[in-house]
Amino acid sequence: MNHADALHAYEAPTSLGAEARALSFSYGSQLALKNLSIPIGKNQITALIGPSGCGKSTFLRCFNRMHDLYPGNHYEGEILLYPDRCNILSAEIDPIEVRMRIAMVFQKPNPFPKSIYENVAYGLRVRGAIARALLDEKVEQALRGAALWDEVKDRLRTQATSLSGGQQQRLCIARALATDPELLLLDEPTSALDPIATGSIEELLLDLKQCVTILIVTHNMQQAARVSDWTAFMYLGELVEFGPTGRLFTTPSKKQTEDYITGRFG
Amino acid sequence: MSPSIVAAKNTSPLRSLGGGDIMAMHRRTQQRRERVIEGGLFIAALTSVAATVTIIAVLLSESIGFFKTVPLTNFFTDTLWTPLFADPHYGILPLLAGTLVTSGVGLLVAIPLGTVSAIYLSEFASSRVREVIKPTLELLGAVPTVVYGYFALLVVTPGLQQIWSDLPGFNMLGPGIVIGIMIMPFVISLSEDAMRAVPMVLREGSYAIGATRLQTAWRVVVPAATSGIVAAYVLGVSRAVGETMVVAIAAGQNTNLSWNPLEPAATITAYIVQVALGDLPHGSIGYQSIFAAGLVLAMLTFTCNILGHLLRKRFREVY
Repeated sequence: MNHADALHAYEAPTSLGAEARALSFSYGSQLALKNLSIPIGKNQITALIGPSGCGKSTFLRCFNRMHDLYPGNHYEGEILLYPDRCNILSAEIDPIEVRMRIAMVFQKPNPFPKSIYENVAYGLRVRGAIARALLDEKVEQALRGAALWDEVKDRLRTQATSLSGGQQQRLCIARALATDPELLLLDEPTSALDPIATGSIEELLLDLKQCVTILIVTHNMQQAARVSDWTAFMYLGELVEFGPTGRLFTTPSKKQTEDYITGRFG
Repeated sequence: MSPSIVAAKNTSPLRSLGGGDIMAMHRRTQQRRERVIEGGLFIAALTSVAATVTIIAVLLSESIGFFKTVPLTNFFTDTLWTPLFADPHYGILPLLAGTLVTSGVGLLVAIPLGTVSAIYLSEFASSRVREVIKPTLELLGAVPTVVYGYFALLVVTPGLQQIWSDLPGFNMLGPGIVIGIMIMPFVISLSEDAMRAVPMVLREGSYAIGATRLQTAWRVVVPAATSGIVAAYVLGVSRAVGETMVVAIAAGQNTNLSWNPLEPAATITAYIVQVALGDLPHGSIGYQSIFAAGLVLAMLTFTCNILGHLLRKRFREVY
């Protein structure tokens, strides 16, 4: 048992949804993530915090192999997806298969230039679903899940870009939920939204964790404190501290963590 | 408003800060120079507008003389175009049909091939492949049209005759295909620009859901770039309609009304070339007919260009 495992032994989620093990990642020759091991609790919210450029978004994007879209990137170590413990970074695994199980919501709402309905149905359509009844049902379910149904049920055929920013982001969440992912990745999902829209997204996340494991990157420490069960503090591509959110924010065990959460740097 | 005007206006409040006669004089000289430069730029910009206006004016004034002799209804309903015969007919339809058929064939080649190539270049090709293909395409655009004309006559048509043995040496299909090849680089380059302007976050959103490259290209990137792609088509149409050398050389000069691409025909442009090369007396009806035909052509291309620009404007507003 190495040091990281020993550390997690008494302060780690008991039931795992996913787990990064000794994960390193480089953009070309530039090492962006250094030997990260972070457990992701099943049906819990894990927040990644840290100053800009610390690698938290890079880490998140490893989970659905987003880095594969650009040449010259290189992963090392593994990310295990539970319950089957399949290593999603393995060369034998098709990134598309990974993305079928792991959904992602981006920093800026990015609805497709399609109708509200087609946006949500997109993930099902690319999987070959064409049965009207099934699509209707899934779309409604996903929009309800994203707390958007009541606002849009009468205008499912209108362009998604006609929605407000907060609604667009919830639509993106609905789009991600429609395919029943096991893990939901959120990359600073509220950074482009006003406080009210942010509040409704946070509420939504707390509801959603009953059915999906959530990993969220946030710039906003209050947000991490409000919504997450576990928090990982990263700095310069390394994991500084991981622990239950309440404990990490009240009695951080590392000086760096304390400095960051009290606003001394970052 | 041009930057120079802004700059000139900004100097006045600063003058009070600067103080001193030398500074003030320097500023005045600078202002005068700015005005001269601005005037020069304005004149340069004006030339293109002036040229357009002059062309339209000439086309209109000469056409008016033509339409005094030939009523508009005749012009658009008569199925014969024989202005130089003893029994003259002035129906634009045969020429219009020739133009529309050759352009139509060209678009049938350029739009599918051009769109697919643009999708490939924008969404699939590695940067190394793109670096080879793009300059090659631009080279295709740099070939003189007269070369394309002989290519149609001496290569494409004989090739087609292997398939349709009774295809005449002059026909609309061969030049139509060559026009398609000619406008393809244009269609590719414009629609590729439109596709590459689609924000990366949209692609990532699609990939993140588990879409393949093809699904992302076809279901997200192309719809997002539609207006830009359509604008590329429309501008391609106006090029095809205005194309002259290829059809003048390889389509034959028969002014018979036919919608069959396997037959020879004359286009509006080909007619203008043919007649302009002969020696027609100024002011004669034959001479004026060139301008009437030219006016129809100009209307066609202007409409296409305006449509294209409107679409491009809409496309810019999307992001």
